[in-house]
Amino acid sequence: MSEASATVHTTHEQTFVSKYIISFDHKMIGKQFLMYGLIMLLLGGALALMVRWQLAYPEKPLPLIGASENYLENSEVTTFMDGLWDNWLSQDSDDQNWLTKRMPVGIITPAFYNALFTMHATIMVFFVVMPILVGAFGNFLIPLMIGTKDMAFPALNMLSFWVAVIAALIMMAGFFVPGGHAATGWTGYPPLSSDPTWTGVDWGQNLWCISLIVLGVSSLMGSINYITTILNMRAPGMTLMRMPLVIWSLFIVAILLLLALPVLTSALAMLVLDRLAGTTFFNIEGGGDPLLWQHLFWFFGHPEVYILILPAMGIASEIIPVFARKPIFGYKAMVYAMASLAFLGWIVWGHHMFQSGMNPTLGATFMISTMVIAVPSAIKTFNWLGTLWGGNIKFSIPMLNSIAFVSMFVIGGLSGIFMASNAVDIFIHDTYFIVAHIHYVVFGGSIFGIFAAVYYWFPKMFGRMMNNKFAHIHFWISIVAFNCTFFPMHILGVGGHMRRIYNPMQYEFLQNFEGMNIFITLSAFVLGFGQLIFLYNAFYSAFKGKKAEDNPWKANTLEWSAPTPPPHGNFLTPPTVYHGPYEYSVPDMEEDFLPQIEKR
Amino acid sequence: MSGATTVSEYQATHTVPGRMGIWWFLASEIMVFGGFLAIYILYRMASGGAWAEMANHVSAPIGTFNTIILLTSSLTMVKAFEAIDNEKRKQATNFLLITVILGLAFLGVKAFEYSSEIALGFTPLSGTFWAFYYALTGLHGLHIVAGVIFNASLLVMAMKGTLWPNTQHRVEYAGLYWHFVDIVWIFLFPLLYLSY
Repeated sequence: MSEASATVHTTHEQTFVSKYIISFDHKMIGKQFLMYGLIMLLLGGALALMVRWQLAYPEKPLPLIGASENYLENSEVTTFMDGLWDNWLSQDSDDQNWLTKRMPVGIITPAFYNALFTMHATIMVFFVVMPILVGAFGNFLIPLMIGTKDMAFPALNMLSFWVAVIAALIMMAGFFVPGGHAATGWTGYPPLSSDPTWTGVDWGQNLWCISLIVLGVSSLMGSINYITTILNMRAPGMTLMRMPLVIWSLFIVAILLLLALPVLTSALAMLVLDRLAGTTFFNIEGGGDPLLWQHLFWFFGHPEVYILILPAMGIASEIIPVFARKPIFGYKAMVYAMASLAFLGWIVWGHHMFQSGMNPTLGATFMISTMVIAVPSAIKTFNWLGTLWGGNIKFSIPMLNSIAFVSMFVIGGLSGIFMASNAVDIFIHDTYFIVAHIHYVVFGGSIFGIFAAVYYWFPKMFGRMMNNKFAHIHFWISIVAFNCTFFPMHILGVGGHMRRIYNPMQYEFLQNFEGMNIFITLSAFVLGFGQLIFLYNAFYSAFKGKKAEDNPWKANTLEWSAPTPPPHGNFLTPPTVYHGPYEYSVPDMEEDFLPQIEKR
Repeated sequence: MSGATTVSEYQATHTVPGRMGIWWFLASEIMVFGGFLAIYILYRMASGGAWAEMANHVSAPIGTFNTIILLTSSLTMVKAFEAIDNEKRKQATNFLLITVILGLAFLGVKAFEYSSEIALGFTPLSGTFWAFYYALTGLHGLHIVAGVIFNASLLVMAMKGTLWPNTQHRVEYAGLYWHFVDIVWIFLFPLLYLSY
């Protein structure tokens, strides 16, 4: 058996296409994924703001769009809406253009509202957080931090990005087909999703399924690549227990992706067959069972939660020691905690279905296994605190975002324990309490992790520093507006505010919440527009920022030993690793850091 | 940058990246078929006589014949790999050829089976069993098609002589995949054909 043909990079002239578009270089693919994610972030955020507008000012015209249309008197609007309610499913008249069909006189129709929140979640989960955390930082960091030239399969890597682009295009096409986009919530529960007559959505839902199947192929290629690279291509001396924690997190996430997404793929294939071929896998009339979809979806869906949060945990574990100038507290415990989180993620999916009908014994089992998750989560949190304790803390911008990650994650984690309890869940399920929880974990957790990572690795990615003043303004706007947006949702939820409702003012017991809904919406707009500062800063600094040194943060991990920005092939000489990544403030040493490539 | 460094210098596990990649790919495939089969078994256990009635109409003899074809193709595949290992190029080419022919034969028999069932009125819409039958064997059939294409491309390279000296290890990867598809059939055959 001969050796595999080597993946050799030569330094030949690169054309524009081979350098920026069909690139085989992991750093460029990482940047491509970052761009992709940020563009989708804008779209997903815009959808969220439209949802928020409707909740605060139900059935009022949207600001800009509404004003540009023929603005009607309030009374006429109400009459128009009354007419719309009667036949909101049959709005397929061809004489209207795209905008007026979905937002006549700037008002979001109920059908479009359903598509808005569905697509907000779908885009944020599958096209923003996963591509940025796993796609962008996974690609950029893995070869640099384990000390190799590139991924194990560069061509597969390139394909993985472009297949993800195809998936995004298919998903976007759904907005423009007759009947509108998928409108069942991102969980796509049948029979709502399996039968077009319920939502009036026909090809939108089909494209939603097909896009996610295609995205599954992209993830499959990516995760095989990550696992093989991490297992096989580590630099001499880089043992598994000397790997930076962010690499551990990406390794575990790759395994989760590899094993969880195929389950969703089979479920989606069955759903497509139900919709297009007329089979009855999830259709009760034909002998199928809609509950089965929920089992399959959440069997994928819960590991997915850890796919979204574990890389952010790894990023925080990377940044906190650097700016506390201390070794990470409990390296091995951190690794084992991540591994056990990943394992527990497989056996708790039932807690998403407590109210779908479940044997109480089974419910109790899921409740206990879910509560056990608090243990590894607490290990991680206390280890971060232990790292900060007594450290020489520098509140740089990556550090602020990492600390925000830890604190927001704690709030999100604690509200998770409420829901894990079977009895409490009867009261709060499908309310804004759940919405608050998911946003504290995914926005407060994953997105602040993304901010921290972008600020921290930006110098290595683009060779320039990000503007510090803008970064601080962005951080403080984000953290304040974030909490103003999502904390009141806990109160809404306990007050009985259902999620996914079109107009809360139709319910007498929710009318008292009008002021709170308006406050949330205004905060959400501040939060949303605050992100433009971040985007401006990123694009401005990439071209005009201050030139960065090779190791601006005085960190130990291997990527900082490479030139800035790293050339094709990453390292000038293949690195050798002598110790773990968190040797800060070693006694009797001149410098307070000790790069992994230097002997003690 | 200094001269070309091969990946193998870095290998921490002493396993070729391609082989490791294909094993992880198969792990993922287990989840694809595993999820599907788990649901099938759940439905089978929950449903009573109606299911057995439907399952009675598949042809066990044809299924058995196809099982034999597929198992034989696994044997020839491993023979091809053995021949590669022993540097017997002619033999390797022949065994690859037989494997491809057997794969096509399996698909042919399957097509005949589908058409005879559809002629009797058993379509994917005839009930949950039939939906599962067509979905599972269809998914498996797609995997067979992919495997046949993979094997046929290796066969073409072997006949042209371009398989050596750099790409013959792909026969091993194709073999791993082919055996996996075979194993899936070993699960499908009793569950679909003998479960009444």
